[in-house]
Amino acid sequence: MKLDTSGLESFSTLTAPGDDVVGEFSAPPSFQLPNSNDFDGFVKEAIQMVKPAKGTTTLAFIFKDGVIVAADSRASMGGYIYVTSQSVKKIIEINPYMLGTMAGGAADCQFWHRNLGIKCRLHELANKRRISVTGASKLLANILYSYRGMGLSVGTMIAGWDETGPSLYYVDSEGGRLKGTRFSVGSGSPYAYGVLDNGYRYDLSVEEAVELGRRAIYHATFRDGASGGVVSVYHVGPEGWKKWTGDDVGDLHYQYYPVVPSTVEQEMVEATGA
Amino acid sequence: MECVFGLVGKGFAIVVADTSAVHGILVHKTNEEKIMKLDSHKLIAASGEGGDRVQFSEYIHKNVALYQFRNGIPLTTSAAANFTRAELAAALRKNPYAVNILLAGYDNHTGPSLYYIDYLATLHKVDKAAFGYASYLSLSMMDTHYHAGMSLQEAIDLVDKCITEIRSRLVVAPPNFVMKIVDQHGARECAWRQSLPSASPTFC
Repeated sequence: MKLDTSGLESFSTLTAPGDDVVGEFSAPPSFQLPNSNDFDGFVKEAIQMVKPAKGTTTLAFIFKDGVIVAADSRASMGGYIYVTSQSVKKIIEINPYMLGTMAGGAADCQFWHRNLGIKCRLHELANKRRISVTGASKLLANILYSYRGMGLSVGTMIAGWDETGPSLYYVDSEGGRLKGTRFSVGSGSPYAYGVLDNGYRYDLSVEEAVELGRRAIYHATFRDGASGGVVSVYHVGPEGWKKWTGDDVGDLHYQYYPVVPSTVEQEMVEATGA
Repeated sequence: MECVFGLVGKGFAIVVADTSAVHGILVHKTNEEKIMKLDSHKLIAASGEGGDRVQFSEYIHKNVALYQFRNGIPLTTSAAANFTRAELAAALRKNPYAVNILLAGYDNHTGPSLYYIDYLATLHKVDKAAFGYASYLSLSMMDTHYHAGMSLQEAIDLVDKCITEIRSRLVVAPPNFVMKIVDQHGARECAWRQSLPSASPTFC
């Protein structure tokens, strides 16, 4: 890829010699490098530092009535769980019939999904038809691939309903792109996979599917410290997406496992004077 | 744990690849096709990191198609293999692709051929080859049982022996494999070997 370096071109030919105000522009373009003996190691460390551990749980699956997309809402800053927010929107509405999920760097995911939404709209305007989910996910995958090795951290699923029916793609910042029917991404994903794989049937009703998504995220938030907050579940049907639930996982816990007062076997009695 | 291997028989070449897409300890997909049809009579089986594998294979595929559009005739397998190697070599010292490739093809004059191209842009024309952990488990098997001019059934039996060996000896063996074949009639899917029903229906 040829980088466009026209912005670095020197302005020296445009300024009058001896002009103090713009004197500094005549210097050749340069930028400061950090003072370090091991520059490669420094760069690697810098990339590792900004690469968060994808502390989240998101999942999506296709069934007969469309796609269910579910996610938690906790944001943490690595290390021991330092929870920065319990109300992060991890399901991003790219356009009225496509959703993206966020796992990894929040800024990376938000920015690139917004960017994808712009490109999808431009495609619609240029071609007079909506972009397919295949096309949208390929656009995003190509962009992320061109930035590979530079420290982007994005683990996203693009879910939508287009002319070919419901579609689901997993796209990540290493440039990988997978088409599938069931995915879960994030630190809590193994826990979510367990519930999801067990309860999944292609012919679930919408209500059952929403409940499966909610239950899988709840179980992941129970076991994974980096996931929590509020479970959001969206359903993408032929008319577009619709948000179904937004339940706090604390409330869900007592809903699924109500407190049963334990039977007391032996009551303590006052000791009679000996 | 990606396993890709292949061999040349009498009038055909067969390549086999596992079909698992893995991230860390999680298997995201068990029916991912890693063998791509390069053109009507060529197959490219690639193993490597997800982004590189797909992007590089598609890049080669588009360039091979472009050659055909421009010149009216398809590339020979040898030419396609050398082009692939040259692209890997050009990128090697700047932005290397971490992909290992087995390129199988059939040409009308020279018959079937198999090319081994690794991520360092090594190129060898071979009768049998394997990448990944499969190489440890299946190369000796292939060395023992292979002979020039194997029939299709003999070749499939040998592939099955290799798959059985991989399944019994590799600690995290992939559950499913796909076999694709290329002969004078073209490149096509030959068979699947599934020990786990795919997590997704086959419309993927």
